[in-house]
Amino acid sequence: MHIRDTSSLVTGASRGLGRALAGRLAAAGSRVVMVAREAGPLERAAAEIRAAGGTAHAIAADVGDKHAIHPLAGQAAALVGPIDILINNASTLGPTPLRLLLDTECEDLERALAVNLVGPFRLSKVVAGSMALRGRGIVVNLSSDAAVEPYATWGAYAASKAALDQLSRVWAAELAEHRVRVLAVDPGEMDTRMHADAIPDADRSTLADPDAVARRIVAMIEAEQLAPTGARLVAPSFEVEALL
Amino acid sequence: MTRAHPTPLRPPPTAAQEPRDRPISPPASLPRARPAPPAIPWPLPVPDDRPVQWGRGAREERGDVRLLAVDTRHGRLLDRAAADLPELLLPGDLVVLNDAATLPASLSGRAPSGAPIEIRLAGPAGERGRWPAVLFGAGDWHMRTEDRPPPERLAPGDRIRLGDEPGAADRDALTAEIASVSPISPRLVELDFDRAGARLLAALYRHGRPVQYSHQDRDLALWSVQTAFAGPPWAVEMPSAGRPLSWQILAGLRRRGVELAWLTHAAGLSSTGDAALDAALPLPEQYDIPRATAHAVHRAAAEGRRVIAVGTTVVRALEGAARSGRWAGGAGTTDLVLDAGSVIRVVDGVVTGVHAPGESHYRLLGAFAPPALLDAAWRHARARGYLQHELGDLCLFAPGLAGAEPAVSAPRPTAARP
Repeated sequence: MHIRDTSSLVTGASRGLGRALAGRLAAAGSRVVMVAREAGPLERAAAEIRAAGGTAHAIAADVGDKHAIHPLAGQAAALVGPIDILINNASTLGPTPLRLLLDTECEDLERALAVNLVGPFRLSKVVAGSMALRGRGIVVNLSSDAAVEPYATWGAYAASKAALDQLSRVWAAELAEHRVRVLAVDPGEMDTRMHADAIPDADRSTLADPDAVARRIVAMIEAEQLAPTGARLVAPSFEVEALL
Repeated sequence: MTRAHPTPLRPPPTAAQEPRDRPISPPASLPRARPAPPAIPWPLPVPDDRPVQWGRGAREERGDVRLLAVDTRHGRLLDRAAADLPELLLPGDLVVLNDAATLPASLSGRAPSGAPIEIRLAGPAGERGRWPAVLFGAGDWHMRTEDRPPPERLAPGDRIRLGDEPGAADRDALTAEIASVSPISPRLVELDFDRAGARLLAALYRHGRPVQYSHQDRDLALWSVQTAFAGPPWAVEMPSAGRPLSWQILAGLRRRGVELAWLTHAAGLSSTGDAALDAALPLPEQYDIPRATAHAVHRAAAEGRRVIAVGTTVVRALEGAARSGRWAGGAGTTDLVLDAGSVIRVVDGVVTGVHAPGESHYRLLGAFAPPALLDAAWRHARARGYLQHELGDLCLFAPGLAGAEPAVSAPRPTAARP
């Protein structure tokens, strides 16, 4: 999909990968709506993108709150038009330091599912109907290698991301006839606050710059042949240089 | 656009035609996955004093919606379900949907005197960012609009505070200034809000709730008043004919070879309880017809394929655009009111709710079906307990129905039916 003159909705956009994706999409000519819970950092991030010449709007909302979804989608479509690119990036790890499953409160698992799985489902359901009618659009669900590998203490997050991966595949199967693409993307380990919360003693020099990962994800959105619908892509191994 | 219909749209039901128009029951020997309901004799003899009531409830699930199919060419009525729509239409038909999402257009607040007041936005902002709105006095949707006390009479410059719950921070309140008052009614005004853009939208979505009426029995959530393909939030009441159309049905239409197209039409308020204002409804409504949709309508017309509008809003947008000569598509405003005397230029059939005589939607249907057939459909719907209103059942008016022809009554798939 050509990104120029599209409308994008990015969740978890106040910092980290979401912030970088919003900036990259705006730089490529998309009108971007940025969503995060905290209005202050989100407004500042949107202002930075506008200062760089992009079109960016901020909507403070919690994607884990079912009452927030229709207002969020309605405001976004009013601001930038029907959404062409939906990036379900917002995630919660749950309480940190991360805990063994035997020490995980049931409510914390429920919250991880609400934000990381049900929230993206609700938002996709509201946004992708319009995409399907128009025969145009892409949904990108941010995954994790924790969806595949059984890392101790990552249980709640891992279960939510594994379910999101499978949901992405079924979305892709159902939406293919309406020419709407759905991708699951594992961005790899990045130098973000979420990573620091999860693994405080990580060697930051080994972590990827979120902006470099965002550039790869934007390339995936553009290059349908290399990132066909239903694919689960791992950003660090996605060959993008030839495209840029 | 001037279009000659390939076949007469409205054959007058004359006595001479009656033998030919009599419904033909499908032969019992034809294989069927499930028995098709028989065609209903027309006109249906329902005495006026028969003690039947219109259904006034709500269909909670889109898939439960019934559909009364009215063949306007052959004068047939068929009891079907919304899920049967793909089988009733023909490959090549062009179905045009209204993709407007529904705003939470009702906001409660205080008039300058402190008296309670409700505003119902009547459409999206027009020129100079002013929002048309209708004022209501004390009370809420539980009360019939015609029973509501009139609002305080307001003049340009007066300010209304909205969403001003006790204990809320001052910054939470939204202020609207009366910019103008309509000569039609002092309750029809234009509003200037104290903010614009993303901040105004955030306030409207925080304080607003869907417009609804006293025939409902519970608060409607915002998600209850959206179609499954909604995009831009232009409508102040749900474009309700599209609500029963699940993606199971829409995908079924595409697989059948029915083309889908869309426009955005700012469906307005259906009732205000103010006699002068209600007489003026529908107010002029904004629409936007994508270029691709205008082309699709052109192609369908050129190839003799039918255009089926989902909802009276789509009829008004397409016919309004046809009358304005705006056939490359684009944005416009229409105050078109259609009735039995109207010449229909673009639309061949319509999917709509169940409408009673006296309603403007019923009069609009007069442009698609002769009075006797409309009357028969209404009596039949009433006798069979079809549900009225925005969360009710559907009618399809179309010249020729695939499901009504014994020759094409192939076995129907049943596996995917929820």
